[in-house]
Amino acid sequence: MNRKIAVIGGGAAGLEASSALTSLGFRVVLVEKEDETGGHIKNWHALFPNRRPGVEVLDALRSKLGSDVELFSGKTVTEIKPVNDRFELSSADGWKTEADAVLLTTGFSLFNARKKEEYGYGIYDNVITSAELESAFSTGKIAMKSGEQPKRIGFVHCVGSRDEKVGNIYCSKVCCVTAVKQAIEIKQYLPDCEVFCFYMDMRMFGRHYEELYKEAQEKYYIQFIRGRLSESTEDHTGKIILKVEDTLLGKPLKIGVDMLVLMVGMEPAEITKNLGTQLGLVSDSDRFLVSTDQHISANISEIPGLFFAGTCTGPKNIADTLADARSAALAIAGYFDNNHNKS
Amino acid sequence: MSGAVEKVRFGFSVNKDRQIDYDANLKNVSDIVQKAEPTFNLCISCGTCASTCTAGKFTDFSLRKVILMVRRGETKGLENEITKCMLCGKCQLVCPRGVSTRNLILQIHKALKTGAL
Ligand SMILES: Cc1cc2nc3c(=O)[nH]c(=O)nc-3n(C[C@H](O)[C@H](O)[C@H](O)COP(=O)(O)OP(=O)(O)OC[C@H]3O[C@@H](n4cnc5c(N)ncnc54)[C@H](O)[C@@H]3O)c2cc1C
Ligand code: SF4
Ligand code: SF4
Ligand code: SF4
Repeated sequence: MNRKIAVIGGGAAGLEASSALTSLGFRVVLVEKEDETGGHIKNWHALFPNRRPGVEVLDALRSKLGSDVELFSGKTVTEIKPVNDRFELSSADGWKTEADAVLLTTGFSLFNARKKEEYGYGIYDNVITSAELESAFSTGKIAMKSGEQPKRIGFVHCVGSRDEKVGNIYCSKVCCVTAVKQAIEIKQYLPDCEVFCFYMDMRMFGRHYEELYKEAQEKYYIQFIRGRLSESTEDHTGKIILKVEDTLLGKPLKIGVDMLVLMVGMEPAEITKNLGTQLGLVSDSDRFLVSTDQHISANISEIPGLFFAGTCTGPKNIADTLADARSAALAIAGYFDNNHNKS
Repeated sequence: MSGAVEKVRFGFSVNKDRQIDYDANLKNVSDIVQKAEPTFNLCISCGTCASTCTAGKFTDFSLRKVILMVRRGETKGLENEITKCMLCGKCQLVCPRGVSTRNLILQIHKALKTGAL
């Protein structure tokens, strides 16, 4: 009998792990709370660094799911119970299943920009999040509330990340390069629009990210100002006035923009935290799930038979998420190979 | 002197704001320089140029700062500042982004002369 693995969450990590597990000979039950798989990438119009459509990656991941993957969508797993050497899982609507091992691929949540009230999200008309800008790119319509085209746009890095005021000390990794990507896209839609990025550090860690940054400067004249926004105000014309320190000149700087884009960071999903508490898993100071060893066994939890992959253990881009998912599949195979309950 | 009230100076005045008022500043020099020497846009403010610059050892001249000031439209006094550069070209050898620093300095100089309204 083939071992059955329950994969919880059908984002990039869950999709990739499911196909990897089936190619290793496992049966997979993939559970996704939304009607459709794909997770956050569903909402990303184009991906950094090469600006390919997000859907292209998702189609590729979905097409790898063979008939050994049984997909249940529209089901939110709310309970995972270790029983003997197996697991019992149930969803909010009473659906149940059992499995020999469980892989958590429950992903992340976006930082709620309202918590950073001083930036004016939900208060001023033309303050939006990076995720909302991504949706605007899908419709091809970049406009202010009034319907006019913005002549100047500001991007604010590190919104909800690297900020102990909101309880998040960590860096979300993907938002610097997302800002650069989106800044370039703005220039492609609106060539006459001026674009400014307000950053603390430019963390262009991935392959081809630095090149993208250079392209943004060289081809699109995007201006990078090192300084963190303290607050924004709206003037009587609806312009958003920003005050930052131009830290490289050591002087305060005031600038008006028509639209402000907040680069919201990644947070652990509430649902993941609840499952973790229920299972008695320890969480880290950053509230993401904790592996038994950050370097050597990043996919292995403290509970035998329970594994992690993707952004439920911290911010990752897609390539790192997919590599992590394949690595989790191998960790699961290793678990059954070394285990007393080998089939 | 019949009845004229003499102004008394108490020695107080309004301090000049240090703030860079980006919207009020003119960016014409920046626009000219950007076209004349496109590598102007490639600067990442790393400061390698300023660290090797002999002029910077004896004065507070820094090419990194000059570039930023041009960008922000803070061009007052810059014409004088830039004469501290001896055009030796050391900075060009060390710049990691390939900024053509000597020509850039010449172009800034020219733009400050002709472009400043
Ligand atoms: C603004 C922004 C832009 C980005 N752009 C890029 C980019 O261009 N290129 C790039 O490489 N990366 C990008 N990323 C990163 C990318 O989004 C992540 O790497 C990727 O989404 C991680 O996939 P995941 O499967 O770990 O998580 P998620 O995408 O969050 O997927 C988790 C899935 O699990 C489901 N789920 C959660 N809990 C349960 C439960 N209890 N029961 C059932 N289902 C559940 C969710 O519904 C979701 O479908 C971006 C991130 C942000 C914030
Ligand atoms: S990736 Fe950049 S914007 Fe995002 S948290 Fe890290 S430093 Fe800030
Ligand atoms: S060319 Fe000018 S700025 Fe560059 S190192 Fe020589 S003196 Fe300094
Ligand atoms: S060395 Fe080059 S990139 Fe660095 S500050 Fe000087 S001009 Fe800019």
